[in-house]
Amino acid sequence: QLDHGCALHAAARDGLSSVSSRDVLAERPRAVFHTSESDPAKHTEQHEGRLYNIPLEEVKAVFPHGLPHRFQQQIQTFNEARLMVRKPALELLACLKGSNFAHPAVRYVIYGERGTGKTMTLCHVVHYCSRQGWLVLHIPDAHLWVKNCKELLQSSYNKDRLDQPLQASAWLKNFKTSNERFLQEIKTQKKYMWGKRESTEEGRPLREVVEQGLARVRSASDAVGVVLRELKQQSHRGSFRLLVAVDGVNALWGRTALSKEDKSPVSPEELTLVHNLRKMVMNDWSGGAIVTTLSQTGSLFKPSSAYTPQELLGKEGFDALDPFVPIPVPNYSPREFESCYGYYLERKWLQHEKAHTEDGKAELRFLSGSNPRQLERLAGPL
Amino acid sequence: TFRQICTTTAVQRKNVGASGPEKYTEAFIKKQIEEFNLGKRHLANMMGEDPETFTQEDIDRAIAYLFPSGLFDEQARPMMKHPNEIFPEQRKIQWGEDGRPFHFLFYTGKQSYYSLMHETYEKLLNVQKHQDQLIAQDLPLQKEKRNLAGNRWLTKIELEEMLLEKVSDDDYSRFIQLLQKLVALPCANIEEKYIQKFSKEVPVQLQKVVIEPLQYDERGVAFSTGEGKRKTARATVVVYDNGTGKTTVNGIDILHYFPVLQDREQLLFPFQFLGRIGKHDMVCTVSGGGRSAQAGAIRLASAKALRSFVTEKEVEFMRQAGLLTVDPRVKERKKPGQEGPRRKFTWKKR
Repeated sequence: QLDHGCALHAAARDGLSSVSSRDVLAERPRAVFHTSESDPAKHTEQHEGRLYNIPLEEVKAVFPHGLPHRFQQQIQTFNEARLMVRKPALELLACLKGSNFAHPAVRYVIYGERGTGKTMTLCHVVHYCSRQGWLVLHIPDAHLWVKNCKELLQSSYNKDRLDQPLQASAWLKNFKTSNERFLQEIKTQKKYMWGKRESTEEGRPLREVVEQGLARVRSASDAVGVVLRELKQQSHRGSFRLLVAVDGVNALWGRTALSKEDKSPVSPEELTLVHNLRKMVMNDWSGGAIVTTLSQTGSLFKPSSAYTPQELLGKEGFDALDPFVPIPVPNYSPREFESCYGYYLERKWLQHEKAHTEDGKAELRFLSGSNPRQLERLAGPL
Repeated sequence: TFRQICTTTAVQRKNVGASGPEKYTEAFIKKQIEEFNLGKRHLANMMGEDPETFTQEDIDRAIAYLFPSGLFDEQARPMMKHPNEIFPEQRKIQWGEDGRPFHFLFYTGKQSYYSLMHETYEKLLNVQKHQDQLIAQDLPLQKEKRNLAGNRWLTKIELEEMLLEKVSDDDYSRFIQLLQKLVALPCANIEEKYIQKFSKEVPVQLQKVVIEPLQYDERGVAFSTGEGKRKTARATVVVYDNGTGKTTVNGIDILHYFPVLQDREQLLFPFQFLGRIGKHDMVCTVSGGGRSAQAGAIRLASAKALRSFVTEKEVEFMRQAGLLTVDPRVKERKKPGQEGPRRKFTWKKR
């Protein structure tokens, strides 16, 4: 099948001079590297190694904040979002499809070396779940919550903890865009007091809580905490499925780069956001799943060669997350490499004349070591 | 006329004897020779060896043992050689007691040069006469060509040493032209011996290097080893056949060991040059040096290892591409009175 594609590809290259036949010829090689199947639910091993399209409106709705920066740039350049279907993602989807939601939520930890596609796998799963109608709680990068925080307020709820109004409000905004209809349906079960005057009654839609958090930035972190607690309690009942997708979960158990006013370091438990998130990631609730990624890139105080769960989570995190289903993400297999290369070629991203030859492909494969990020960075200036 | 810009240090030594009047009298040199012989016997006695069969090599070894020196320049170290080698050859006095010169061309100023030109022209005329004789007798002209490729003419400095007098560029080129004219004639074989005095052999570079054959390991896969170095890094590489292009350095994948693209490109270069990018597996061990030096060392080692897999012509291409040459650049020594190898101290006016 691949030879057929390669022959067609060669024909496409030769035929590019004649404009009339271009459209006809360009359509057919597409079929090899791409699938028209844009519903992740229907992706099977047959689709492995191929790229599928996500319509741009869906991208804005589902991933207001989830995609890696470079991928967003690529979407802007190519004017379409193409995600590769890879084996780890397919495994995860199979597990999710077959899981029993009466049991406590299963935890999946996606791990792998730098730049192998862990975040992309997570986004694939998130897309699937949103298509299926789940409520997606997507935290794009937990590392953002433990470093580079300009404002730290002392929490009004609990004297020991510290609030992060900016990060919390940013996250609430994105959460609102991604899960509009759920916020209307889900009702609060308790009365919450925001400071002395404002309060939210029982039975009000969650959207009011979110808006309260956005309006009163000081209490944004508490609003986040409230949202998380409500969702956890209500997912039991089964009216909706909850997916907790955390990228860079090892941030929750490491050290932080923040310090209090008296220059003493802050440990993660003292941050409200982190504390609440840890409670979410515990598997004491049912009716959904928890999918997390380990990330070394944003992690603090960890060596760059560390990528296994033990190293990155540390003892504390490992015990907290145990038991979990580990999902390793390897570099591109030869087939995946071919399809990625073919995609770049087809979108005319590789402009160098040698890049079109077999030798050029072999060079790219050697220099990038079949690592998706390296390949993407290499193909950039070409 | 051309001027040689880079010459070896041996050739650069000026011919002191030809430049001026005698600096060392004959009696002086004779005395030096006697002293040298005596010294040789003393040295042999000291080392406990037989004075009669004490060769120059033994002398060199003994001196190196008795006076060890850490100097890099071989000629700066203490040495004991025969005076004829140390004191350059000189021209004896060219005129007799009555002031009359011995040689008939003395007053030309360059007597040996002109006498040489005369001799060579005589040989040329000889050859032409012989040729005419053969034509007159209707005999076929001999057409055995000398092997022109492996020989070169004497350089100007070598000619100066032979003639013991200075030769200018113009004179030298005229002499070479005359020799070439002589060689071009078909019957030049008669004067072969004369011509051989002025030509030298040039050994072809490649003949010296021996290419090892391929070895086979237990699985039946062909492999070959190569070693390379660059600055202070030393690398050994084993290149396996029938591979996928996977490369391991000190047990670590190249993506992790060389995060910089430039180093990986250096590793890629030999394979890309031969067009064998995805065909070989590589296992390397490298130590010393820095990131770039290690990459260069592995590149050299892999090029050397690939020689066994490849035809001779391609080996010659690799050599000309510079893949097989050891990079001679090393860190330059810091000199006293300067801050670095080239940088001087900041100059303060007062």
